[in-house]
This record gives sequence, structure tokens and C-alpha cells, in this order.
Amino acid sequence: MSWLRMERRAQLVPQARMAGPVPWVIAIMVALTTIAAAGGLALGNLAQAARAELSGGLTVQIVEADPAERERQAELAVSLLANVAGVEKAQRVADSELRALVEPWLGEDMGAAGDMVPVPALIDVRLSGPVTQAKLRNIRSLLKAQAPAAQVDAQSSWLAPVFSAISSLKWLAAGLVILLGATSAAAVWLAARSALGTNRATIEIVHLLGGSDGQIARIFQRSVGIDALLGGVAGALLGAGAVLLLGQQFAALGSGMVAGGGLGWADWLAIAGIPFAGVLIAMFTARLTVLAALRKML
Amino acid sequence: MTMPEGDIVQFDNVGLRYGAGKEVLSDISFTLYPGSFYFLTGASGAGKTSLLKLLYLAQRPSRGAIRMFGTDVITLPRARLPAFRRRLGVVFQDFRLVQHLSAFDNVALPLRVSGVRESEITRPVAEMLEWVGLADRADARPATLSGGEQQRVAIARAVIARPDMLVADEPTGNVDPELALKLLRLFEALNRLGTTVVVATHDLHLLKNVPESLIMRLDKGRLSDPTGALRYPPRRPFSRIEEEEAL
Repeated sequence: MSWLRMERRAQLVPQARMAGPVPWVIAIMVALTTIAAAGGLALGNLAQAARAELSGGLTVQIVEADPAERERQAELAVSLLANVAGVEKAQRVADSELRALVEPWLGEDMGAAGDMVPVPALIDVRLSGPVTQAKLRNIRSLLKAQAPAAQVDAQSSWLAPVFSAISSLKWLAAGLVILLGATSAAAVWLAARSALGTNRATIEIVHLLGGSDGQIARIFQRSVGIDALLGGVAGALLGAGAVLLLGQQFAALGSGMVAGGGLGWADWLAIAGIPFAGVLIAMFTARLTVLAALRKML
Repeated sequence: MTMPEGDIVQFDNVGLRYGAGKEVLSDISFTLYPGSFYFLTGASGAGKTSLLKLLYLAQRPSRGAIRMFGTDVITLPRARLPAFRRRLGVVFQDFRLVQHLSAFDNVALPLRVSGVRESEITRPVAEMLEWVGLADRADARPATLSGGEQQRVAIARAVIARPDMLVADEPTGNVDPELALKLLRLFEALNRLGTTVVVATHDLHLLKNVPESLIMRLDKGRLSDPTGALRYPPRRPFSRIEEEEAL
């Protein structure tokens, strides 16, 4: 503690705050890490929300050209599905919704086009548990006899490639966070070595006056720690600002899937820990660098 | 002056070479007693500074054995060396002041390194600066001090922690005769309090001012024993300055 007091009164390693490379490097690294981590966490949330939404979902399409027959089979399929064990909900997608879905391709006036291009009837089915191949087979065989035009698909199977891509992006973000952490450590290592060289005469004097390696390392560790904290806070604010801005832009898209990729309080808590992790990495790196250099002296 | 029992430093057949060069110190053997006052004399290049570097633990010898305060310091782990260095006060020939610290903070450095409380630092440092005549220069940085003033700061820093042994390399080289004598009296006062003092100097006039001192003489890296002061136990308790001058 007395050594810390000494540092306050007489700064053994002269330093103008925010003048060396450490705070700026840490600020940039923390900002990038914050963005990468927020991206990774948002992608994880998005995948989790989409999986939860789709894991128990089935879509039954009645692909029948004759409107009356299509209507009949659809009504029958709904009533059959409603009595199947494990089905929580079986609901026809309203015609207005269907029209809205195909409107971008067929235009607003569906009167004539609707007659020429039959749009399948859709039934949204929600199971109490996840969709398995056995459940899928069971429902298909049930509908085959009564509604032969029915095509049954698990909703999650459509988005399997999307989930795979999201998972890859999530891992990419995690890799980026690790790489940025390692880059920060390398930058601090170089900065600490440079500071060590600049202050070599002072270090030798303190060493000969009986200063221990631990005492000298603490001076650098503390100095780098303060710089890293200043840089880390600035970087975190910058990164969080960028994340909030991007979040607002994605939210404005109004897409249900993107909306599932928001950040929760636990995510923000993890992001808030990034500058502190940066400070710890910087201090630890500085300490190891200085101790390694001091070990070469008697 | 009575010679205390035991020894504080013991060199046994010590040799020193830098890198692959020839030995700058050869076959150095001597014993320093607690509370004694030694002058280390010799021409420039005789090896005085190299011998002092061994004494203040800035250098390991190439061969031989060195014991300090009863411990073999050559085989001592690095982690234990700072504790030994804190028992030493050193006045470097080139002062080695920390340039960005004030005179006050330079003098306070050994106390702070040793973990002395801040409340117990201000007064002794101020008194020490006053004693060396630099009370009004306490806030000055070394670069703004004259050579003599820097030397006084270096001396104040060396003695502030009341070391067991004071090692001074040409400590009066940059000060006027009056101040040189005053600094010598400070060393004597410290010596009377029990500190072993080793002063390297080529100024023979200085030796006259401390009649009770023992003299070691270095010549081309070898230690001569002109006065019997280095024998164990010494042939005579004190050397004769006249004997040294006669040589």
C-alpha cells in the first residue's frame, strides 16, 4: 500500500494520461470487441428465439386446384389435427394473410389472378413438443387418406441452413473477440516494453535502492491499468453507441425474425464486462512483460 | 574507537571480468567490520568502481565468494537480494538521480521503497535536505540543480534510511573543500551510529580528515594491503594516513 501511496505522490514512471499508445489501442480494441460480442450475442438470441418459435411448428399445405375441394380438405385436416394427441393448435391461415403473402408477386388485384393461380390453403400447426420424424410420419399418414392434397413440413427444416449460418456467424464473433483480446495483449506487451526501455535508468535506480521486481512491476501494472481503464471506458461507450445505433436500424426493419435478435440485460451486463476484461488483460500482460525484463537484471 | 566483533562483508579470492574481457579485479580478499570507516584508493581505472559494484550488489563476481551480513550473496536467490540492497546506502559517481522527481522525492525514494509510512517520511527528508544545505531546493528537479547540489541530493538519498553500510563512489568530487569536509563529517556521524562506511576516492587530502579510517588500495585490479588494515583480524586497528601518503 505504501508503494501505491508513493505512486500517487511521486509518479515514478512519468506519464501524461492518454498520451501513450495503450489507451488508444485499448479504446479501439474494446470498441471492436464490444461490437463483435454484441453481434455474437444478438445472433445467438436470434437463433434461440427462432428455434423456440419454430421447433414445435408444422405447416400443412392443401395443394388442390379446385377451390371447393381445397376448402373441404382444409376443413377436414383442421378437424383431424385438432384431435391428434400432442397438437396444441391447428389453425388455418386466413385468406387475407395469404393474399398479403402473395401480393408482392401477384399484385393487389387477386380476383382474376387468384382464379388462374390457385393458392394453396395453409394450416399452421403447433405441437406441444419439438417436431420429430415420428410425429411427422404419423400426421402425414393420418391426413393421407382424408386429405390427399395435404403436404406436411416441419417449419424448422426450412430454416435449417439459416440456423447453420447464424451458428457460424456466432462462432466467428466469438473468434473475433478472442483475436481482439490477443491483439490487445500483444499491443500492451509492445507498449510495456517500450515504456520499460524509456524508463530503464529509473528502474535500475529503484532496483539498486532495494525495489523488488514485484514493486517495479506494480508501478507499470498500475500505470497501464489506469490507461487501459480510460481507453476501455471510451472504447466501450463508442462500441455500445454503435451497437445501439445498429440495433435501432435493425428494429426499424420490423421483421419478426430480426426482432428476436435483441440484447437482454444479461447480454448488456456481459458487454459491460468487456472494458474491465481489457483492463485485466492489459495489467496482466504489463506485469508479465516487466517481470520478464527485470529477471535479466541481477 | 573499538573494533566491533564479526564482519559485515567478506570477499574471498574474488575476480571480476566483463564479458570475455580480461579480469578487471583479481584475487580480491578482504573483510569489512561493522562500524568501521574505509577509504578505497587507487588511480583512475584501478577498479574502484567495479569493486564498489560488487559491494552494492549491482554485479556478480566471475569467481570467488562474497558474504554480506553473514550470507553468501552469490548463491542467494534474486528475490532475496532487494532486502540486502535496502541495508546499503549508495552514492553513485554519476549520482543517478531520477530526473523527473524533485530533490525531495529523490531523497525519499529509499524510505518509500522500504515501505515507510508517508507521515514518517516528510520530516526526516526535510531535515536531511536542510543538513546538506538544500532545504530551499526541495522541489527542484535534478536538471535544474548544479553538479554539487545533485551530489548532495545523492548523498542525502544514500544516508536517509540509516543503512548498515554506506558505499560512496567519489562522493566529494564535485563539491568545494568546505562542503566536502561537511559531507565527510556526515559520513563520520553516520559511522559513529554504527554504519560501516566505504568511500572510494583518489583525493588523499580527504583521508587526513578521518584519522581513524582504514585504507584499501587498488592497483590494476589487485588489492594491496599497505597498512595491514585488511588482515583478519587487522594487524592494527587503524591505518596511518602518513603510511598511505608515504607509499
